[in-house]
Amino acid sequence: MATPIGPLDYTRRLWVRLTLLVVFVFLYAPIATLIAFSFNDSRRNIVWNGFTLKYYEKALGNEGLIEAFANSLTIAVLSTLVSIVLGALVAVLLWRFRFPGKAGYEGVVALPIVIPEICMGVAMLAFFSRIGWPSDMVWPFNLSAIIIAHVSFSFPFVAVVVRARLEGFNRELAEAAQDLGATEWQVFRDVMIPFLRPGLVAGGMLAFTLSLDDFVITFFTSGPNTVTFPVKVYSMVRFSVTPEVNAASTVLIVVTVVMTAAALWMQHRAGMKAEEAAG
Amino acid sequence: MESWRRNPLVFWVTGLPPTAWLLLFFLVPLALVWVLSFAELRGVVEMEVTGTFANYVRALDPLYLQIFGKSFVFAGLTTLVSLVFGFPVALAIVFAPRRWRAVLLLLVILPFWTNLLIRTYALIAVLRTRGFVNFTLEWFWEKANAVLSLLGLGSFQLLGERFEPLELLYNNTAVVIGLVYVHLPFMVLPLYASLEKLDRSLIEAALDLGASQFRAFATVVVPLALPGIISGAILVFIPALGSFLTPDLLGGTDSQMIANVIERQFKSANDWPFGSALSFLLMYLTFGALALRALYTRRTAGQGRA
Amino acid sequence: MSTEQEVGETPVGETPIIEIAGLSKHYGSVTAVDDVDLTIRRGEFFALLGPSGCGKTTLLRMLAGLELPTAGTIRIDGQDMSAVPANRRPVNMVFQSYAVFPHMTVRDNVAYGLKVDGVPRQEAYRRAEEALELVKLGGYGPRRPDQLSGGQRQRVALARALVKRPKVLLLDEPLSALDAKLREQMRFELVNLQESVGITFVVVTHDQDEALSMASRIAVMDHGRVQQTAPPAELYEFPRTKFVADFIGSVNLIEGTVEASDDGLVRLSAPALQVPVEIEQASGLPAGSTGWLALRPEKVDISREPPDDAGRNTVAGTVEEITYLGDVSIFHVRLTADQPLIKVTIANLDRVTRRPFTWGDRVHLSWAPTCGVVLAQ
Repeated sequence: MATPIGPLDYTRRLWVRLTLLVVFVFLYAPIATLIAFSFNDSRRNIVWNGFTLKYYEKALGNEGLIEAFANSLTIAVLSTLVSIVLGALVAVLLWRFRFPGKAGYEGVVALPIVIPEICMGVAMLAFFSRIGWPSDMVWPFNLSAIIIAHVSFSFPFVAVVVRARLEGFNRELAEAAQDLGATEWQVFRDVMIPFLRPGLVAGGMLAFTLSLDDFVITFFTSGPNTVTFPVKVYSMVRFSVTPEVNAASTVLIVVTVVMTAAALWMQHRAGMKAEEAAG
Repeated sequence: MESWRRNPLVFWVTGLPPTAWLLLFFLVPLALVWVLSFAELRGVVEMEVTGTFANYVRALDPLYLQIFGKSFVFAGLTTLVSLVFGFPVALAIVFAPRRWRAVLLLLVILPFWTNLLIRTYALIAVLRTRGFVNFTLEWFWEKANAVLSLLGLGSFQLLGERFEPLELLYNNTAVVIGLVYVHLPFMVLPLYASLEKLDRSLIEAALDLGASQFRAFATVVVPLALPGIISGAILVFIPALGSFLTPDLLGGTDSQMIANVIERQFKSANDWPFGSALSFLLMYLTFGALALRALYTRRTAGQGRA
Repeated sequence: MSTEQEVGETPVGETPIIEIAGLSKHYGSVTAVDDVDLTIRRGEFFALLGPSGCGKTTLLRMLAGLELPTAGTIRIDGQDMSAVPANRRPVNMVFQSYAVFPHMTVRDNVAYGLKVDGVPRQEAYRRAEEALELVKLGGYGPRRPDQLSGGQRQRVALARALVKRPKVLLLDEPLSALDAKLREQMRFELVNLQESVGITFVVVTHDQDEALSMASRIAVMDHGRVQQTAPPAELYEFPRTKFVADFIGSVNLIEGTVEASDDGLVRLSAPALQVPVEIEQASGLPAGSTGWLALRPEKVDISREPPDDAGRNTVAGTVEEITYLGDVSIFHVRLTADQPLIKVTIANLDRVTRRPFTWGDRVHLSWAPTCGVVLAQ
């Protein structure tokens, strides 16, 4: 028996459903087409000519693309590690201490989150060229400028995530450890870090995605020998739409979706564990 | 919370590394740009800081004012379109059955996790003259023509002699479409958060007292969701205003935004002082938007206490 | 206001205002309201009583049009409500959370329903002020809801609904969010208010005291069905089902077999009772069928010696437990081994140190044939 549509059943109303449909088609159709046509045996991308993996082979054979991909992953991993450390320190500092000028300090920490990417990009460009940061070092130090720039915009995000986690911390746990004779360092290592782990993982995932995703700031800090994946794709896209770019993009989409799924799953599991522990 | 004086060693060990980083690799670069915005060009790449305001004055040139205006219009339109489409989506998610809610939310967030460049690129593939939208339209056109021929009207060519593809790319519309495509999730999430908190019996009370669905929506749902609407608008407007990639890849020659002009000053025109001045103007606009929101939050918070 | 008071001039309890027929509401496989037939009369104070999840709130919300029935019809003042949306129904509701609009002043809250009906602003505010005076909140108009106490917010919700002069006022657990003292006071006020405005009140509650003290008639609901509809005293004295007997007040339910049933007298034998008992009641049960004796603890007399009156049902037992509650004490008496104890309530007329019986005493319990009922289900 069909239940009649109640006055607040907005989800079952036609106009809402139509909007939902339009929005989801709008959000997903381009990505879906991109993925589908990376397997299409035609350069023109419009008509389905049969399944092929040749563009994946081509992308794999494109040394420039592979190098850019490797650079992107290296930058993401290294900048994420530094961001986690710095972000966690800021979060603990703001959570634990009262100090003069704290409100202003918090504002400055949030600044990299709010200022336009382009402003941050040109600031990094001006800075590194002004101080003459060497660009001819060996791998991975040739990527240092990009890594530094990525850390600067991602560690405040890590700080936000970790601080949210800290709000749920029971200070009595730290006090209990101290009461049992633990030093500051031991309390941090044995009590705080284990508690913060889900926050550190979530913050790290966010930093990793932000780094992998960034185009604008990298665009201003990368040189001819330090091309990242987005920068490479950008230069390819400027000329034409090719199935090869489709294939490379599909790989990156799959990588990020798998990572996101893993992160969500880990958070979910951590949540379940916390519930078990509480219940 | 303890005073930093109680444990200065821990305070400094915790605070020094991130603060030093922030200072050296964020504030110093920003300050450098700020200083450069008061510099004059000497030769091709040489600059001298003279304290001139000429770069800012130059930004008031009608040519650049028009670009600022255009950026505002693009960002504003993006915000408006995102709101118009984002509100029903947020509403649908909030009132969806519980097991559907998480799935729908994930579907809204998921594109946010895909690379911005790739998404923009995907949009190009769909919108271009020989792209998917036009291909679909052409298919409909052919089918319609076939139907007309069957009806014996083929010779009149009611739908034109041949299919004219829509020019969907490299114009202002494409930029707004691209900006909405990228920023829509930022609108939906805060709307969802504020509608989720809304007590449903308030909507029911409005209906019970005789208000039409539309009236209940306008007098109860919208005012109470206003914090979410404002958050969403800010979260869409600010990044849209400073967009570089979308106008660069999807726009035509006359759809450049501020960020594109800034990029040109640094990458090809080599006029860093002017680029720096534009950067700081863009930043001031951003802070202005944030300040407006802060003002609103403080006013409503004050009302709550009074 | 006086010109529109034709509702109040109609005698109470004569004509129906709400007629519910075959009303059901399913949520997927869950049945919230199951084939309910109910008539609510003009001008009465009607209560829907039942445990949480019995479907009473769903029923109320269907009257308001906030939930739509899966089957069945609702008529209000003779008009079928099937195609009438919530905002066009001649009923108004006081929500459990009060649902006072937080972004409007008290005056704007109360005037809201008038304004959406197109009443001019001045007129709407004037009538809003009258309604506020009716609920003793005169002069509170300019305040904001977050400056009010819970009780005051409820009055705003009341005024907001009453100002529209609905044919029926619906109240969803109106007193549940108030503290005990205020709750008692509001009971009286609601009854007085209902009498003075003459509007039919339908109140949903899970609190039997609330229903018994306020309502002129009560419908007891369980598992989506109406178990019994009756005035409070009838419900208490003549429950029709075990559920009603058990839900309202305290009761001893003793399972047994009907031995005979004639001339308005039912004879029941039960393993828990040593001797068959006789109960006067109009509706007879077939001999040999299972019946339950529902016996209120305060109607049983307790004594050391058997009572002289041979017409009384009398059994003997041992006091096992005594619960002291201040005004009364409850004696739990064992009649037969391995059978449930019988509860007897005795008013503590004297100081407790001089209690007439104590643990382990042999006592006799007796009650008149006019006390208690035998139930078939």
